[in-house]
Amino acid sequence: MSASRKSGFGAAHFILGLSIAILVIVVAVPVLLIFLNAFWANGKFNLTDVVAVLSEQETYQALLNSVFIASGTTIGSTIVGTFFAWLVTRTDLPFKKFMRGMFLVPFMLPSFIGALAWKMLLSPRAGYINRFFMDTFGLEEPVFNIYSYLGIMAVEVMYLFPFVFIQVCGALERMDPTLEESARISGAGLFTITRKITIPLVLPSILSGSLLIMLYSMAHFGTVAVLGIENGIYNIPTLIYERIHESAGSFASIRTGTVLASVLVVSAAFIIWLQGKVLGRGRYQIIAGKSFRPVELKLRALRWPLLIFCLAYIGFTIVLPTVVIFLVGGLKTYGLPFTPENLSLDNYKFILFEYQITKDAIFNSVTLGLSAAFITMFAGVMISYVIVKMKVRGKGILEFLGMLPFSVPGSVIALGVILAWSGKYGVNLYNTVWIILVAYIARYMAFSLKANSAALEQVHDSLMEAARACGATMWQTLRDIVLPLVRPGMLAAFFLIFLPSLRELTVSIMLYAPTTRTVGVAIYTLNEDGETVVSAALAGVALVLIITGQTVINRVSARYQRG
Amino acid sequence: MATILVQDVSKHYGNHQVLDNFSLRIEHGECFTLLGPSGCGKTVLLRLIAGFETPDAGTIRIGDAVVSQADKGIHLPPEQRGLGVVFQDYAVWPHLSVFDNVAYPLKLAGLPRQTIQDRAMESITLVNMAGLEKRLPSELSGGQQQRVALARALVAKPALLLLDEPLSNLDANLREEMRFEIKELQHKLNVTVLYVTHDQEIALALSDRLAILDENGGLRQTGSPVEIFEQPADLFVFNFMGVANLLPVRNEGGICLVGSQPLPAAENACPPGANKLAGFRPTDVCIDHEAPAGSPCLSGKVRRSSFLGPVMDYLVDLDGHSLRVSVDTHEALDRNRMFKEGDACALSFHNLHWFDAPADNVSAGGGSRGAGS
Repeated sequence: MSASRKSGFGAAHFILGLSIAILVIVVAVPVLLIFLNAFWANGKFNLTDVVAVLSEQETYQALLNSVFIASGTTIGSTIVGTFFAWLVTRTDLPFKKFMRGMFLVPFMLPSFIGALAWKMLLSPRAGYINRFFMDTFGLEEPVFNIYSYLGIMAVEVMYLFPFVFIQVCGALERMDPTLEESARISGAGLFTITRKITIPLVLPSILSGSLLIMLYSMAHFGTVAVLGIENGIYNIPTLIYERIHESAGSFASIRTGTVLASVLVVSAAFIIWLQGKVLGRGRYQIIAGKSFRPVELKLRALRWPLLIFCLAYIGFTIVLPTVVIFLVGGLKTYGLPFTPENLSLDNYKFILFEYQITKDAIFNSVTLGLSAAFITMFAGVMISYVIVKMKVRGKGILEFLGMLPFSVPGSVIALGVILAWSGKYGVNLYNTVWIILVAYIARYMAFSLKANSAALEQVHDSLMEAARACGATMWQTLRDIVLPLVRPGMLAAFFLIFLPSLRELTVSIMLYAPTTRTVGVAIYTLNEDGETVVSAALAGVALVLIITGQTVINRVSARYQRG
Repeated sequence: MATILVQDVSKHYGNHQVLDNFSLRIEHGECFTLLGPSGCGKTVLLRLIAGFETPDAGTIRIGDAVVSQADKGIHLPPEQRGLGVVFQDYAVWPHLSVFDNVAYPLKLAGLPRQTIQDRAMESITLVNMAGLEKRLPSELSGGQQQRVALARALVAKPALLLLDEPLSNLDANLREEMRFEIKELQHKLNVTVLYVTHDQEIALALSDRLAILDENGGLRQTGSPVEIFEQPADLFVFNFMGVANLLPVRNEGGICLVGSQPLPAAENACPPGANKLAGFRPTDVCIDHEAPAGSPCLSGKVRRSSFLGPVMDYLVDLDGHSLRVSVDTHEALDRNRMFKEGDACALSFHNLHWFDAPADNVSAGGGSRGAGS
């Protein structure tokens, strides 16, 4: 060890030190400050205050709501995701490939925009669907009230089920069909095979996807903020926002915020630990390696009805809300019927060329997204390189720090950067775009680490050692061999950060100042202020940006894969 | 000059001591093979010499230069050791063409363009890849990729070439062909070669000298291929170098006994001692239907008879010990030495190697193992 230090100090230890510094400053310090503020009062460890905060009626209720909504969403998404995954991989459903693509669309749609659309459709009095039924059939009561637990869960399921869908699709496709065939040869019927072979083998994937949804939903801000606040339904992130927002950073509100945030971090860490356990079990090994072509179940008479069901589901959950957003965005005033004389492109023109708030918001989101993606991509490739490839002492610290970004939800990061960068420690970034940028980097570091370490793991050590043996220094090896080979991973990381940051809400909403609104913040606040049509038009523009971006990426990555 | 001197080198990973006070000398210009079972530390030794790993203790010299010296903290990085390395998985860079792969070391050396062009092409031609220089590695077969790796390792004219199981991912025919090509290149270029493998056949065919390592990283024997094969230093080496028959023998008053029968062997001088093992190869057994007149034989029974093409392979039971016997097919046909399962047979041996029976396993006789391929 001492020998390597002598010659390798410069490069290796510089990179290690820089990587640790980035993660400490961007992620660890904010999280630490949250714990410190929550558990440390007057210079000593203090648990009684924490208990007091948690037993307040409102915080207690928010905790329960988070768990309740997350559980309902998880169960619903798991059923929906597993069912559709089975349909498109294991049956002879018509147009399977197309259907599969359609089921992934919700992945790129921001759920709070979806929530806005459902509010327009199903709010108890003004919702278009409710009004239609009430007007046509003379009903006294609305058909469905979206401002309810069930409404919130339903909307979250629509946008989150792809997490389970994609995991289960992958597992069902990679499962060796001989496992099922040998059961069939041993005389088992299809039902027995499904129950005794298929489901046990796919179970880890289902569970892992479910836990991901649980994690996401617990810490989810947008849908609950749009649909819950009307009826006083708060979950942890919305309550944190509410407290910080209305009291402008008083000690008590920070206190409540940090306690709630600590609960979020701990539950997130627990869920991730559980997921690791589920995936770590040996049986998962059976589903690894290359794709097979499994036996398809003949749906027979159910083939077309099931297709119609799938199309109806997609039409109802994806097409309808999207269309409503664009239509409302074209209305003169919210509430008018969708007739040609009420519709125009004026709102779109207004937000793109005249209205300062939305023009600023689009500019802010694009520049913030680009810078965050750029910085996080390079930081991520460097940190992943140390974790995956380098042999230096002290790497363990970095591996631990590298786990952090995965378990820190957006609202926690926002609160953490407020604590860290509001001037208390010498640097005041509050009310500037920089604080949002720092928060974005922390929030999206996990994406970058994931994409880059996956790419780096594909680069076999011997490729780098071969370069060293050819006379290349470590830096030359990085430049000539490693970077060109991980470029696809870096590109993926870039877009994985850039696109979501265009629609980011959870973090920005806690950090924005009048001139630093992002697209997400502008849509949300305009809607809150009753400017529904302008808000919808901006949401429409955001959707166009996101869908265009996603299409470009799909093209590019498809070309990469072909050669 | 590329004499490699490894002195008292130790290396451990976690609790596992891979090499302990290991010393070895490889002469300039020879083709030297490290041969041992997997996990014996042979690859670690190669990586220590290449500079990919640092020793915990000891010194490594290449030529006149000390490249690693643990106690003084000297560790020359791999790029300054002036060597060529070929890896088991080829390690051809997938984003560069054949030419760019081979030219890379020259580019790093900052040579003029024309020189790079000429020398890279020279090297590509040397490994019979001329005409394919514009291809990407994904468009090449495994054998072709391995040639590219070889050309790349040789292009900077290193004094030392390190090869880590470079042929084990190739199919049998290609492996044989490449093995001769490597040998030929080594002679042509007068480069010192250190070759690491677990395949004793390649080691015998390729090496000027070889070293046998055991599972614990211990050096069992160094010597020329013939020395290793004909005069194995111990039971481990004998076992490792091919299919081995081992027969427990007792010396009672100067007479060697196998079970209750005297041992019939051309050189029946069995060493004193109670627990001896007579080792011999399947080809060193005479098998017949009945003992020829005047020469004593042991009687056994054929348990299994397999036709392998050039040879007949028999598994023979001798007083509860199983022996592998192989007879040239033509000889077997001409001299009526074909056996069926259950046939009785008469056996005698030549070229016996004598070993002490391992203390914990006195009746280890008949342990026949197929080593390597």
